[in-house]
Amino acid sequence: METLVSVLTDTFWSPYAAGIGIGILSWLSFSISGKPIATSTTFARAGGMIENLITGKAEQRPYYKKIKLNIEWQWMLVVGVVLGSFLSAILSGDFQVGVWVPSLWASAFGDSAALRVFVALAGGIILGFGARFGDGCTSGHGISGTLQLAVSSWISVVFFFIGGVITAHIIYFLIA
Amino acid sequence: MKSKKQASKKTQNAEADKRPLLFGLGFGIVFGFLLHKGGATKYDIIVAQLLLTDFTVLKIMLSAIVTGMIGVYFMKSMGWIELSLKSGSVGKNVIGALIFGAGFAILGYCPGTIAGAIGNGYLDAIVGGLAGIILGTWIFAVMYPKLKDGILKKGDFGDISIPGLLKVNDWAVVVPASVGIVLVLFWFEKAGF
Repeated sequence: METLVSVLTDTFWSPYAAGIGIGILSWLSFSISGKPIATSTTFARAGGMIENLITGKAEQRPYYKKIKLNIEWQWMLVVGVVLGSFLSAILSGDFQVGVWVPSLWASAFGDSAALRVFVALAGGIILGFGARFGDGCTSGHGISGTLQLAVSSWISVVFFFIGGVITAHIIYFLIA
Repeated sequence: MKSKKQASKKTQNAEADKRPLLFGLGFGIVFGFLLHKGGATKYDIIVAQLLLTDFTVLKIMLSAIVTGMIGVYFMKSMGWIELSLKSGSVGKNVIGALIFGAGFAILGYCPGTIAGAIGNGYLDAIVGGLAGIILGTWIFAVMYPKLKDGILKKGDFGDISIPGLLKVNDWAVVVPASVGIVLVLFWFEKAGF
């Protein structure tokens, strides 16, 4: 029988339940914080903060002047995403220990952790560069921008998927 | 007396400034919880979407969009909120988005879901992906002075919404868009995606 507790300990919910929940969350985010849910600028701020620790000069870069290197609302939101996912994973017994290689990747490229980490690093560099080049990610454009019917976000999400679908097929059908 | 008053005002301001941070943290916790429950913190599910073998990611996104859109446009029509539209250009939203899409497929996580994957314990996300994303944004910051007046401005069209572009009432787009998204989701289920 589904109880409140078993709902929290289920590993997966219907994607529609998760999606509707995220939609309702966007109402709260707009009405309480006056901001749409977004994440990728935080990674850029983190990069600038790290450069600042090393050289102390990151704040002179025009891009960091524009986005401002401080821990603000969105920074805390990203920290919250880590905590919320951890909470759900622990409650449902799905927290992964020692998993370096996702099983789909392993089925095509083997279980070398070094190879997977190298490719994840390279993919991350392209993703981070593209997220700032495109001024948004799957959250900022893909959900928050599209739900506001922003022209920029609908174009972006279409090209996210065109780029992603083509690249995934190249990886799994041409390279593998 | 005066300094005490100033000091108390200062602490009050500092306290007032912390509230948005707490709300950000709280919204993030719920967002991360829902991303994990939906399965979107997993490489296998994200890449299966890009291989078109599992439609979980699009089901989450489209149901979030339709729910969010109706509520946000309702609140806008009541004058409770203002939209926050991103300014766009062909350079940003076509070329930038294609670069993002390629990285999305290679990494198998995006900036929001990698935070979720980290919370879920995936080590490729923590060690490889997170460092990569931060490094990629830094490369962009270094190149920004050269890009900002060139490619990023190419085909600039500003911060417009679809109802603004079509010069129609908001609901003339919200209603058909909602119906269209729900029909697509029914079609996904009927086709067994």
